[in-house]
Amino acid sequence: MTDTILSVENLDVSFQSYNGLIKAVRGVTFDLKKGETLAIVGESGSGKSVTAKSIMQLLPKKTTVINNGSIVYEGNDLLTYSKKEMEKIRGSEISMVFQDPMTSLNPTMKIGKQVMEGILKHKKISKKEAFVRAKELLELVGIPNAEERMKSYPHEFSGGMRQRVIIAMALASDPSVLIADEPTTALDVTIQAQILDLMKNIQKKTGTSILIITHDLGVVVNMAKRVAVMYAGQIVETGTLEEIFYDSKHPYTWGLMQSMPKLHQDRSVPLIPIAGSPPDVSKLHDGCPFAARCPYVMKVCHNHMPDQSTISGTHSVSCWLQDERAPHVEKPELGGNNVDKSKTS
Amino acid sequence: MSDNRQEITDDLFVHEPLEEGKAEEIANPPSNFWKEATVRLLKNKGAVIGLITIIVISILAIFGPLMNEYDYREQDLLRSNLPPLAAGLEWLGLDGTNSHHTNVYEERSITNAPAWFGTDEFGRDLWTRVWKGTQISLFIALTAAFLDLMIGVIYGGISAYYGGKVDDFMQRIVEVLVGIPNLILIILFILILEPGITSIILAMVITGWVNMSRIVRGQILQLKGQEFVLASRALGASHNQLMWKHLIPNVMGPIIVTLMFTIPTAIFFEAFLSFIGLGLQPPLASLGTLIENGYQEMRYFSYKLIFPAIIISAIMISFNVLGDGLRDALDPKMRK
Amino acid sequence: MLKFILQRLGYMAITLLIIITITFFLMQLLPGTPFSNPEKLSDRQIEIMNEKYGLDKPLAIQYFTYLGNLLQGDLGISFQSQGRTVNAMIAERIGPSALIGGQGVVIGLVLGLILGIISALKHNTIFDYGSVFVAVLGMSIPSFVFAALMQYFIGVKWGLLPAALWKDYSYSIMPSLALSVLVTATVARFIRSEMLEVLGQDYVNTARAKGIKEFSVIIRHVLRNALIPVVTVLGPLAVSIMTGTLVIEKIFAVPGLGEQFTLSILVNDYSVIMGITLFYSALFIFVIFLVDILYGILDPRISIGGGKKDVR
Repeated sequence: MTDTILSVENLDVSFQSYNGLIKAVRGVTFDLKKGETLAIVGESGSGKSVTAKSIMQLLPKKTTVINNGSIVYEGNDLLTYSKKEMEKIRGSEISMVFQDPMTSLNPTMKIGKQVMEGILKHKKISKKEAFVRAKELLELVGIPNAEERMKSYPHEFSGGMRQRVIIAMALASDPSVLIADEPTTALDVTIQAQILDLMKNIQKKTGTSILIITHDLGVVVNMAKRVAVMYAGQIVETGTLEEIFYDSKHPYTWGLMQSMPKLHQDRSVPLIPIAGSPPDVSKLHDGCPFAARCPYVMKVCHNHMPDQSTISGTHSVSCWLQDERAPHVEKPELGGNNVDKSKTS
Repeated sequence: MSDNRQEITDDLFVHEPLEEGKAEEIANPPSNFWKEATVRLLKNKGAVIGLITIIVISILAIFGPLMNEYDYREQDLLRSNLPPLAAGLEWLGLDGTNSHHTNVYEERSITNAPAWFGTDEFGRDLWTRVWKGTQISLFIALTAAFLDLMIGVIYGGISAYYGGKVDDFMQRIVEVLVGIPNLILIILFILILEPGITSIILAMVITGWVNMSRIVRGQILQLKGQEFVLASRALGASHNQLMWKHLIPNVMGPIIVTLMFTIPTAIFFEAFLSFIGLGLQPPLASLGTLIENGYQEMRYFSYKLIFPAIIISAIMISFNVLGDGLRDALDPKMRK
Repeated sequence: MLKFILQRLGYMAITLLIIITITFFLMQLLPGTPFSNPEKLSDRQIEIMNEKYGLDKPLAIQYFTYLGNLLQGDLGISFQSQGRTVNAMIAERIGPSALIGGQGVVIGLVLGLILGIISALKHNTIFDYGSVFVAVLGMSIPSFVFAALMQYFIGVKWGLLPAALWKDYSYSIMPSLALSVLVTATVARFIRSEMLEVLGQDYVNTARAKGIKEFSVIIRHVLRNALIPVVTVLGPLAVSIMTGTLVIEKIFAVPGLGEQFTLSILVNDYSVIMGITLFYSALFIFVIFLVDILYGILDPRISIGGGKKDVR
């Protein structure tokens, strides 16, 4: 049995805005186990990045309200930590890789200095030693001529190389948890694969737990053992990779699967998009947030939030279809293998 | 969730989609750019106060000179250097006393209508002169800003729209013009044009349009590559149609904002020129000439400086605050 | 780099030539040329000047003679103050102007930086609103109005500082303060918006995610990046300082270049007006040139001559 290293419990995050309080994250609960990779999947605006940033407490303090829940790291609730205590956690215990490598590096500071900065903060070592360590890290993430490149500025690097540098910075003091917020979204497809491989290799070497935030199911398949599906600030379904891909229960997860292109699928089979667009989280009402777009929507969905039902030890879902009173709904074909070719033109 | 689970009865488990259209409505609240901008502007207290101040000052600039029996150039040496006196406003210092606390009106037994803002050394009524001066200053500023706008939009529009060599050539000219300190050109032009309203306007426009043309050019270049322009081009829209129907409406925001900042700059330049002796000649009044005059005698007759100084400051502040507010309202991304 | 500097220098030369040309021909349009004022000048002087400036020759030749003289640094002779050269007048009056201008810039930069930084760090608090309000006042109230009020209250009514004239150092304080108002306001507004923009950048979060102290994040990552673009306001500031000296020297009776300029305007001393105009223009163009080079040195993203490679 693996132990839990990070556990988020019933987390609520809201923002103050000109139009009132926006509930970006509502009652999110998940565990991250030592050495595993958990993926949080969802459309943009589903609250997945906010969840990640709230773990690091990188959300703007003045406008963010976290009024419920806990973020427990190795037995301690990070939400009760002071600013100083958080600084010690950030970058040393929990690190983060951001979405856009083009904007995530300080444009006027040399690469080497930026990598060394984190090392010097968390390790009691001399500048010289930090330099050596930074060089090693850059070599680890596959930067050629690391020593020379440390004197370069970010704009002299390609996007993929910058993301490698950012990963190197995140690894500066062997973190136990690496949060990757859409680490490949801004990169070319071929570079994406390289970065994902790099992260997997690093995990093998260091045993870091990875929390990967993405909207790309391809990334999920490539990286994760377990998956949490987020919609409108809530986790609607969690399970192992297999359970989510082959035995999912939530109509939203079905929709996600149907809209994903498959490798072996006939090109003429149309992808099925989910109708409508994600709800405006500032205007949510009581019912299930997916009700407005759900093809199986029932009367009950409009005004009542479904409970979480457990399918197996690892698989749970929040949907009224799980209620015994609900009509039986046939799950649509999700995989590319058994597609009915007669329907195609 | 505060749901009462007992409420959930079996009959709720029937398929029932949301009413047609409501789903979309929830997802995309309807929005109108100008309406939203107006709402955002009205939420900005500073900008609203600025706007109201500008309106009040404009109204006074038009009707102020007509509100008493005096004309702005009518001299009356019997009434020279009268301190301000306004019934009901004595507590504000408008009590007709001079720096020695003697009531000049009683001392000189002046019985005709009091001068609300006092009089100058020729006995001209300063209330009338101040508002007449505001009127002239605003006229100069608005005309200059309008001409800047016309020339700037046409020049910048042509330059950006046609691009290529035309743009290259036109921008070379702009680059040289930007390198010349405009104040100095303005002074030189005033020197040969003879001080007067027209020459001040002309001198300011000669350099003022450059800024506007650069803003317009930048905006159009940015918009040019966007899809809706390509789309209407593909549909066979002519150059002129494209420019007036699509490009210009889309650059309106930055133009309005630039205009809001051009007006106070023009007011400043007019006052500045008058202050160094290149402005309007008496008996004509402008805020600049009044301030210059007031400054000369501020030690003994501080009211001569105070009133035009307050008004010019109020105008400048109002336009700047309104400009800031408009910029935030028209470009929410820029909100700081 | 060298190519860029040469190119810029070329532009500077062209701009300056155009200004000289405009100035020269505008002066020709004025009633009475700078070089023919028989009441003030003796026959002998006119003879010398005709010889030196070729005034009896056609306009084109006069123009080139003037250009030639300028190239040798000769700005001509004042024709109101007998026989004095414009060069000597500028040299004599540049000191006080430079002193109050320099002090004004330094005071303004310091105050502006403080206000702007506080404003950005305490965004949307009473401190922010306060600084923004002060900055708007500083931008809006014309410098001569402000200077006049300062002179009236600080100098005349309360007698804290000398109200006018130029005797010892204390006489430079009020003019410098008056000049610094606009600088303070401009810098404060600029720094505030730059800082707010940088604070919203991803790399600030990257730095925080490394566990760096908030203070170090602000100093090392935010301030540095926010300060670099401030050099771009130096050009406009140079202009506002020049504009400022014209009126503020007049108000405080500072014997500087600006006061000479306004005096010359009043007495129609065209050659001096022309000389000071060219001097100011050259100074301004040089400042712009310096700013371009400085920006290229400070911001590694700008390869000089190649433009911005990547905008954040």
